[in-house]
Amino acid sequence: MPAVSKGDGMRGLAVFISDIRNCKSKEAEIKRINKELANIRSKFKGDKALDGYSKKKYVCKLLFIFLLGHDIDFGHMEAVNLLSSNKYTEKQIGYLFISVLVNSNSELIRLINNAIKNDLSSRNPTFMCLALHCIANVGSREMAEAFAGEIPRILVAGDTMDSVKQSAALCLLRLYKTSPDLVLMGEWTSRVVHLLNDQHMGVVTAAISLITCLSQKNPDEFKTCVSLAVSRLSRIVSSASTDLQDYTYYFVPAPWLSCKLLRLLQCYPPPEDGAVKGRLVECLETILNKAQEPPKSKKVQHSNAKNAILFEAISLIIHYDSEPNLLVRACNQLGQFLQHRETNLRYLALESMCTLASSEFSHEAVKTHIETVINALKTERDVSVRQRAADLLYAMCDRSNAKQIVAEMLSYLETADYSIREEMVLKVAILAEKYAVDYSWYVDTILNLIRIAGDYVSEEVWYRVIQIVINRDDVQGYAAKTVFEALQAPACHENMVKVGGYILGEFGNLIAGDPRSSPLVQFNLLHSKFHLCSVPTRALLLSAYIKFINLFPETKSTIQEVLRSDSQIRNSDVELQQRAVEYLKLSSIASTDVLATVLEEMPPFPERESSILAKLKKKKGPGAVSVNELEEGKREGGELNGGGERGGDSSSTPSPSADLLGLRAGPPVTAAAPSAGSLLVDVFSEAGVNDDGFLSEFSRFVCKNNGVLFENQLLQIGIKSEYRQNLGRMYLFYGNKTSVQFVTFTTTLNVQAKPVEPLIEGGAQVQQVINIECLTDFSDAPLLNIKFRYGGALQNLTLKLPVTINKFFQPTEMASHDFFQRWKQLSLPQQEAQKIFKANHAMDTEVLKAKLLGLGMALLENVDPNPENFVCAGVIQTKAQQVGSLLRLEPNAQAQMYRLTVRSSKDTVSKRLCELLAEQF
Amino acid sequence: MIGGLFIYNHKGEVLISRVYRDDIGRNAVDAFRVNVIHARQQVRSPVTNIARTSFFHVKRSNIWLAAVTKQNVNAAMVFEFLYKMCDVMTAYFGKISEENIKNNFVLIYELLDEILDFGYPQNSETGALKTFITQQGIKGQHQTKEEQSQITSQVTGQIGWRREGIKYRRNELFLDVLESVNLLMSPQGQVLSAHVSGRVVMKSYLSGMPECKFGMNDKIVIDKQGKGGTTDEPGKSELGGSGKQSIAIDDCTFHQCVRLSKFDSERSISFIPPDGEYELMRYRTTKDIILPFRVIPLVREVGRTKLEVKVVIKSNFKPSLLAQKIEVRIPTPLNTSGVQVICMKGKAKYKASENAIVWKIKRMAGMKESQISAEIELLPTNDKKKWARPPISMNFEVPFAPSGLKVRYLKVFESKLNYSDHDVIKWVRYIGRSGIYETRC
Repeated sequence: MPAVSKGDGMRGLAVFISDIRNCKSKEAEIKRINKELANIRSKFKGDKALDGYSKKKYVCKLLFIFLLGHDIDFGHMEAVNLLSSNKYTEKQIGYLFISVLVNSNSELIRLINNAIKNDLSSRNPTFMCLALHCIANVGSREMAEAFAGEIPRILVAGDTMDSVKQSAALCLLRLYKTSPDLVLMGEWTSRVVHLLNDQHMGVVTAAISLITCLSQKNPDEFKTCVSLAVSRLSRIVSSASTDLQDYTYYFVPAPWLSCKLLRLLQCYPPPEDGAVKGRLVECLETILNKAQEPPKSKKVQHSNAKNAILFEAISLIIHYDSEPNLLVRACNQLGQFLQHRETNLRYLALESMCTLASSEFSHEAVKTHIETVINALKTERDVSVRQRAADLLYAMCDRSNAKQIVAEMLSYLETADYSIREEMVLKVAILAEKYAVDYSWYVDTILNLIRIAGDYVSEEVWYRVIQIVINRDDVQGYAAKTVFEALQAPACHENMVKVGGYILGEFGNLIAGDPRSSPLVQFNLLHSKFHLCSVPTRALLLSAYIKFINLFPETKSTIQEVLRSDSQIRNSDVELQQRAVEYLKLSSIASTDVLATVLEEMPPFPERESSILAKLKKKKGPGAVSVNELEEGKREGGELNGGGERGGDSSSTPSPSADLLGLRAGPPVTAAAPSAGSLLVDVFSEAGVNDDGFLSEFSRFVCKNNGVLFENQLLQIGIKSEYRQNLGRMYLFYGNKTSVQFVTFTTTLNVQAKPVEPLIEGGAQVQQVINIECLTDFSDAPLLNIKFRYGGALQNLTLKLPVTINKFFQPTEMASHDFFQRWKQLSLPQQEAQKIFKANHAMDTEVLKAKLLGLGMALLENVDPNPENFVCAGVIQTKAQQVGSLLRLEPNAQAQMYRLTVRSSKDTVSKRLCELLAEQF
Repeated sequence: MIGGLFIYNHKGEVLISRVYRDDIGRNAVDAFRVNVIHARQQVRSPVTNIARTSFFHVKRSNIWLAAVTKQNVNAAMVFEFLYKMCDVMTAYFGKISEENIKNNFVLIYELLDEILDFGYPQNSETGALKTFITQQGIKGQHQTKEEQSQITSQVTGQIGWRREGIKYRRNELFLDVLESVNLLMSPQGQVLSAHVSGRVVMKSYLSGMPECKFGMNDKIVIDKQGKGGTTDEPGKSELGGSGKQSIAIDDCTFHQCVRLSKFDSERSISFIPPDGEYELMRYRTTKDIILPFRVIPLVREVGRTKLEVKVVIKSNFKPSLLAQKIEVRIPTPLNTSGVQVICMKGKAKYKASENAIVWKIKRMAGMKESQISAEIELLPTNDKKKWARPPISMNFEVPFAPSGLKVRYLKVFESKLNYSDHDVIKWVRYIGRSGIYETRC
């Protein structure tokens, strides 16, 4: 853009601006502006026409006044007049005024559009550029309506100048972003893609922004850009630093273009064409190689440009997640950055490594940097970097290094910033639980956690530790001993008191043998904390006391004394008062037997997803990247054959008339899975969900394909299904058990199905075929809604179709060695789902085998060193991807318990499989 | 009570900062700057509450005075103190400006130490202050012990505003009645609101400890005397057009030297005056105000691009009196592009920077009229907003009191010294100024 030269400078404007700057006060400034406005008004009003120069000058002044924050309500017409001038500077000022000041509903918009149209069709490239810039700057819907058709033509026309092409591409991008519905690429698509081959680097850089934006919306249409982008990238990467002349920035060839190309490639999966892929891999390798070369310049711009490309390349590698070699190299490169002087680089390295850690290929490589990361956590001065280091530690943790990492995180917690403490606490709690090898370590860790950062330990964390202690016999004694010791500290956190109260109340007897922790000592210790606690904790302690009465009759009188005291029995808090009164009565009236029954040890909690994990997921922090992804994956699930809604609302409205007649056999169908929210009250809520008949009906079909899905006195629904890869076909047989015909028989499925005969004769059977295609993994079964008239009464049924993710398994045979290698690769915390549950049926090896085979996976013999255990392998075929899954079932005949572990490359799949299977055995 | 007092310049830089209580920290200084001074006139209220801290400010030209407190103080007291503070500073070094404040900062701190103690206002009488806070530097050290003890007894004594042993060769006193008249009038000439706020300022050069008695034509007093049958002043209207004898005072405040108990019981104003200049009383009246000028506007819009304005002013007082410094300000629309003015008397000019036509007349006698007519050309604009037609305002100065207040007597008694009421030379002057004197058009 030609700068306004001295001779062309507007002296009046300069004087005015310097006057304004010299004003001492706001009032003086307003006075000066009023004076100038009056002057301009009189000039515009004047009879003799103004020449272009003065018009430009006054419009400039108005613009300046407007930008100072004053209202301008005239001069628009003069600005529009300037557009038709032939002088660059006058036109420029006109456009400037319009893009700043004219709002879209102005009457002048027609005139302006006309002027822009004229400029666009002129042959003068600078005028065309000015017009395009104005369109982009205003970027309103009206502008898009007027010019969306014109600009693509300019963009791809053969005779357009390069600079105009650049502007046109960016202008189109802007219009596309404001009103995507108006910018229709249609026939221009391929020509726009071919701009990537343009001679002029500037055009390519501008076009690639446009293409990236467009291909994010409709990737299929722009698929061809991948190979072009790769070849372009390889040409840039392999060029010598001097080849590109203007586009070499501090010895780095075209860094912006390279970054944009790499980002474009991240919109697509790895190229299928071998040659293209090879070339791309070569490029990426070259980029990684270049990072190793000594810098050509000491300037910070040089290293910035180089690193920008490198990081973009690494995110592409992570995006592809298919080249182990590159992933490991990227990881090593990042490892170097971890110790770089530059804080920003360290931050970026930690952040990228977090994503690398979740890739199966590079997980091991990431783990080698553990010392550095721990060091970063301790010594880094910037809190955001420390946060990233903590995230990375969490991501790289697995069974092998869990103890070390948890210990480090715990020790860091003492000095951690307040902003990240709660998240750290959750992470430590999760890691400790997930990778607990022996539970005494787990208990130690959590108690330590409460001791160090009690304020940040949420309810869920201590609920969880109690759940685990209750469910594991072997750890109870140890836990009681540890909490007893922890409570002896002069000041301990209220959460510690809660855990202590609960555990001693349940298992205090296990340590009562030791005179140092005799019942009375235990009680006194707990009661010494009583007065420092809040009401809920006091309530919990009262419950612990009554449990003490049951466990240790010798403490009865002491405790009754306490309960009887005015501070309890007349407490102003209703809850405390009620507990005190009731417990006192209970202890004095009930016999020992009754007491023992009432105050029995808590039954084990049903195994569920850790409530802490749910809590961490809820926290939307910048740090919780991996967890967010996990949630997104879940949201995407549940798409079956283009199915619309998720089957969240699965409870049917039971038909009252049918119930009156007593015809309906099954209870109303409530198959709502336990929601995450209800987990939080686990400890105090009644154990067990009401498990109605239908749920088990549904779960029966997890391992078999044919059978009766539903039966009552009117209707029987049989099912027969077959699955191949990601496709399936299901036959539904509706049998009328009565002698009367059903009329207006309709079934609606939240996925598409062939219509069924509207009439079923008495005693007859009709058949319905459903074709199923699995697009991606899902967790909710499709719902089938059946309506018909029997006699006069309308019957309504809602059933879950037994279509589960395991139906799409392809069995995979593999040797023991392979199995364990795969098993190890899938060691990310979210890839694994584990459940420990009590056997519902007899533990018969043959039955188990049959069930596992029915599941669809291959049952692998002689793989697990323990012959009691079962291992299976299979691949779930969905249209979008294939999910490899491994399963391990460890029966414990003595305890009548199973431990089921599922690992698969997609977290939602492991979880769903685990849920499904847990109901089977 | 006041926790601290800050003085800022127009940029918000702190010139004076005096903190009296611990609950006010340095951050309070910044809070006021950021929230009030830098808010660019967004804050109109003189009291601002920021983070449980109250800021009371007054502005003198470019200088901001802010009193800060965290307690629930009497806001009127704080403002009275701030105004008093301004008066004191003016008495010491003239106009309150950044320059003057910087030059006298030691003095200001000394004053602040004296007139505020732990946030409680103390004696802020200029006369008294000047006896012990002097600007003559070293001279203070030459004061004899006797003089010093005298200062102490005076400042702490019953009559803190006057020291004993003052002697003048000529006993003289000057009395100024200063009034400002405020008016809002409809285009048809109907008075929408009018009031006068006035001050009686006295300059006394009297020897000894004289006892003074001040009398004016207060309606209550006159009526009382009228009942008694002693209407000793038949001379009726010296001023103005109305021949009324007495005025109704809505409210008044007095200098601390006036004995309020006597005023309450007898409605008589008696006092021992301070030496030098001081304000004896302030008052306000709303009834029977003599409006010195009448403005008759005529505005006609000729099409969208032209406006014709004609304004007539009439003076409404005795022809022998002369009004001075007359200025009529006629606002013009924001899209004015040109103005032609014709006036019979004085000078008129279109001031673009103020968006107004300013018409100035140096002198004008009573019962006269004058007129101005202007043609305003307008530029068509984009927005359809109509011009709001702000009122025409006026400034003037007249040599009488528009409220009708008259000084009936001021008697001086000094029993110990040998001069009587007749020996005192007394001067009385009336000045009526315009406050906000507006007529809608």
